[in-house]
Amino acid sequence: MRIGVFVCHCGTNIGGMVDSHQVAEAAKQFPHVVYATDYLYTCSEPGQLQIQTAIKEQSLDGVVVAACSPRMHENTFRRTIERAGLNRYMFDMANIREHCSWIGEDKEANTRKATELVRMAVAKVANHAHLHSSLFDVNKRVLVLGGGVAGMQAALDCADGGLDVILVEKKTSVGGRMAQLDKTFPTVDCSICILGPKMVDVAQHDKIKLYTYAEIDEIKGYVGNYTAKIRKKAPYVDWTKCTGCGLCMEKCPSKQSFDYHNEGIAVTTAINIPFPQAIPKKAKIDPAYCRQFTKGKCGVCAKVCPVKAINYEMEDEIVTEEVGAIIVATGYGLLDIGELGEYGAGRYPDVITGIQYERMLNASGPTQGHVQRPSDGEEPKRVVFISCAGSRDASLGRPYCSNFCCMYIAKQAILTKDHVPGVEVYVFYIDIRSPGKGYEEFTRRAQEEYGVQYIRGRVSRVFPQGKRMMVKGVDTLLGAQMEIEADLVVLGTAATAAPGAQELAEKLRISYDGYGFYMESHPKLRPVETNTSGVFLAGACQGPKDIPASVGQGSAAASKVLALFSKDQLASDPQIALVNERRCIGCFKCQDTCPFGAIEERELRDGQKVAHVIETVCQGCGLCTSTCPPGAIQLQQCTDNQIIAEVEALCQAWKQRS
Amino acid sequence: MKAKRYAYYPGCSQHGTAAEYEVSARAVADKLGITLVEVEDWSCCGSTPAHTVDHVLYGALAARNLALAEQMKLDTMVTPCPSCLIALKSARVMAQDKEHLQELRELIDLPLKGTIEVKSLLQVIFEDIGLEALTAKVKQPLTGLTFAPYYGCILTRPPQLAQFDDAENPVSMDKIIAAVGANAPDFPFKTECCGAAFGLAKRQIVQTLSAKVLAAAEAIAADAIVVACPLCHQNLDLRQEQVNAFRGARSRMPVWYITQVVGLALGFSPHEMGLDKHAVASDAILAKWETHLKEHAQ
Amino acid sequence: METIQVESIDKGFIATVERESGQQVAQCYQCGNCTAGCPLTFAFDIPVHQIMRLLQVGQKDRVLRSHAIWLCATCETCTTRCPREIDVARVMDVLRILSRRAGTVSEQGVRAFYDSFLDSVKSHGRLYELGVIMKYNLQTKRPFTDAALGPKLLGKGKIHLLPGTIKGAGAVKEIFKRFAHKRRNEG
Repeated sequence: MRIGVFVCHCGTNIGGMVDSHQVAEAAKQFPHVVYATDYLYTCSEPGQLQIQTAIKEQSLDGVVVAACSPRMHENTFRRTIERAGLNRYMFDMANIREHCSWIGEDKEANTRKATELVRMAVAKVANHAHLHSSLFDVNKRVLVLGGGVAGMQAALDCADGGLDVILVEKKTSVGGRMAQLDKTFPTVDCSICILGPKMVDVAQHDKIKLYTYAEIDEIKGYVGNYTAKIRKKAPYVDWTKCTGCGLCMEKCPSKQSFDYHNEGIAVTTAINIPFPQAIPKKAKIDPAYCRQFTKGKCGVCAKVCPVKAINYEMEDEIVTEEVGAIIVATGYGLLDIGELGEYGAGRYPDVITGIQYERMLNASGPTQGHVQRPSDGEEPKRVVFISCAGSRDASLGRPYCSNFCCMYIAKQAILTKDHVPGVEVYVFYIDIRSPGKGYEEFTRRAQEEYGVQYIRGRVSRVFPQGKRMMVKGVDTLLGAQMEIEADLVVLGTAATAAPGAQELAEKLRISYDGYGFYMESHPKLRPVETNTSGVFLAGACQGPKDIPASVGQGSAAASKVLALFSKDQLASDPQIALVNERRCIGCFKCQDTCPFGAIEERELRDGQKVAHVIETVCQGCGLCTSTCPPGAIQLQQCTDNQIIAEVEALCQAWKQRS
Repeated sequence: MKAKRYAYYPGCSQHGTAAEYEVSARAVADKLGITLVEVEDWSCCGSTPAHTVDHVLYGALAARNLALAEQMKLDTMVTPCPSCLIALKSARVMAQDKEHLQELRELIDLPLKGTIEVKSLLQVIFEDIGLEALTAKVKQPLTGLTFAPYYGCILTRPPQLAQFDDAENPVSMDKIIAAVGANAPDFPFKTECCGAAFGLAKRQIVQTLSAKVLAAAEAIAADAIVVACPLCHQNLDLRQEQVNAFRGARSRMPVWYITQVVGLALGFSPHEMGLDKHAVASDAILAKWETHLKEHAQ
Repeated sequence: METIQVESIDKGFIATVERESGQQVAQCYQCGNCTAGCPLTFAFDIPVHQIMRLLQVGQKDRVLRSHAIWLCATCETCTTRCPREIDVARVMDVLRILSRRAGTVSEQGVRAFYDSFLDSVKSHGRLYELGVIMKYNLQTKRPFTDAALGPKLLGKGKIHLLPGTIKGAGAVKEIFKRFAHKRRNEG
């Protein structure tokens, strides 16, 4: 074989701590190497041209580039050699930046290690085979998980782009968190007024198929060809008949049911429509409170329903949808305030969360927008907001900033001033985080125009003092303790991963971080992609974010899907596992170990059963190859022979040195 | 029921200013089937003064007692005093580190493993005996009485060390008080500081802080404060007159040990529980209880 | 207000505090929760979050001469609630130890009490409460501190006129001796 080696300096990134020239010189002595050189930036246009020229002039049939991580430039160089007429897989990269120059402080040792890595890469390429992708058809339908503002935006953009969209929402209505909000910062416009039209569009778009009160049971398949099993949970109401008239709610005798939409600051009926603008506007029974379920008799709703939609015997229904891509927009959860024992949260009724306060401020909420203490219904004269309640708190395992609390606290402080004449409003904060457009001006307005008193410092404890709540905090700028007797305390509670986020991630085979937020493929350059091809992220499921950012990501994810679907066929990655059928003993250990379900049984003509890899499903992880007892299953471009060749090359290097 | 055996570390106060805590602790333990085997020749744990000098010295003074207790072949050591508790627990944590363990062994010149469990007597009553067994043994419920359960600082703090109850809202004493038939309303000052050991050198600190605790107990109309700490007791009871002089109050708030509360309910007399040994007399609360019991009997 | 020159940042002091406390002072983000919850803030000359800040900028003298470090009651509120998981009480404890070593103890009375306490333990193996009070009063030249409490205790058998010395008093004394020897050897 005739192999060329190209060693990059990456400016001083590599050149500063690895002698690239010396590495190239050493490479000239390696078996199969007929050409070796070094260059300042191999990924630059002249750098690539140098490779192409060498391939032609030296009749190279294999190329090794020693540079950065293959995550950066593997594709660049594959295309380079392809342009020069080589098979794009006759190539390998030696990572002498992340694995050498960036981590070692001894230039000589770095250079030695870099030389060894190049030697191994050469040995591997010498054993490379030409690989060819095959093409497969794409199912141009997209599944969107989550009907909050991010998911709706993604669904609408995809649908407007001509795609068939399946939108699955866990609750009975689309809208998500935003449907719970009263106003939105920094414009203080009515949340449902700007969200409502989107909700209507989603429901009426002929390209969008909406499943609400539904969850994902199972996802199978691969980019272009996913199969989703969707569980439509039983609402005990036949939605094809229900007109949303609300008569059942009027007559339901179980009036103390937990009100999820109002975050528990009010009660609702066991059969309910969560809010007046709900879409679809359909009733659902909460069996935890419904007397028909808890006591076995009642039947009031069934009697009063004018269209006979009630069905207590209803069961969950599983539907299957075939799609080519998935957008995950499952949102976020909120900290269980029981974790904030020092604030008495959950024990004292007048200590509430921001989202509960939002419901209280809402004109269509349980108090019709009147601010009142949950304990006695009185209008507060003094309201204290506590920022970072559980956020930036390593002791609660949440060292991250929850992103939007500073802004909604400023908004709620302003609204409090608007709603309650003469009210005093105090905000305890550690830092005011207002980096969005118009955000800084907004928090200034709260202080300058509305007279909200901001106090720089954390609150240590909240406890009852007579009818009021004593807030013990600090003004760190003054170096003094600050005690405020408040009527109402509002906590800016930490945003968390949505409940069930990890289970869903496992079904989707996408990664999540230590807090349960989904991992993007690259924090800067691939912010809405995941490492599973064909699965995209939008909104707060990837990390706490506000409405503009969520909407932006919804559109971004949609554009990724539209780009993906712009081709009728996709090329498969040929670097996958292959079974040598003559060596396979049919033990199917590989099948058990494969995380992607990519291995199936195949019967040979003589009746023997062997393993077979489904090309498009295999992700090339290599787990099966290390499990296979006779070594019959081999990962292409990472075969046993290639690994042994690399190890041998390394041993040769060490032997020569000693 | 077979009595549970524990190595018992009373701590210096139990032999002095907290004599009634000791008497009631032993009596209650006996009634509840807890055998307290006193660690022979135990010495002072070092307490706060030692850890302002050196953490190794602090560890060694407590470790000597761990070593003595380990020789008794019992798996748990129990102490009524939170200050001793935190000293013994700290020494135990220190002994988990090999280097420190060696250091401690050399200083105390005794074999030491650092394996013996250390618990407060409150924890033993609450967890090992349990509310159910306690309720079953109640002879004369403390009906009609309201107590302010006051835990102080270090019974449950820091939580990593204490490993007991809730650091922000402890409820063990609340539940014990309820189990013996009395009321324990939400007491917002249950974990605030009373001024600790500053009574002598910085009296005003104790006066300021204990004043708040007393006022908070009055605010919830408590008949008495209940404590599990000799130092808290000293500040709230023995120094109550000093505190009252400072806050301009004349009220007399009895301060009982949790063991005295339990002991009364188990059938001991106020005298047997040493309730006559406090600086602030308990006549009023005892009279109130008697009236309640009589009314109840009718 | 004085100007702090960056040259005055005593990095060796920061390192000593970090080594002896096992805490990293840079972890503190100055939220002030420790000061907010500290029951002794009213008595402190420097609130505890500012002690942490002074530590971050290595102001050894101001920290070790502060009254605050000696008025801390080790109630552990700061440690329990610190969102950065810093054992603040432990840091305060280490500062007391360092201020003893540096000879900059600002609260002689508090130290005298602690010393009397330990002397008692050293002599008798256990605490002799009356002895501590008498010794403290003698040292601080305030002979009648808490004398009024005597009758409240004496009549009830709660304070002993004579120390009770344990068998192992010698063993305890040895601990103190070996400790002193060890520290001397370590320099």
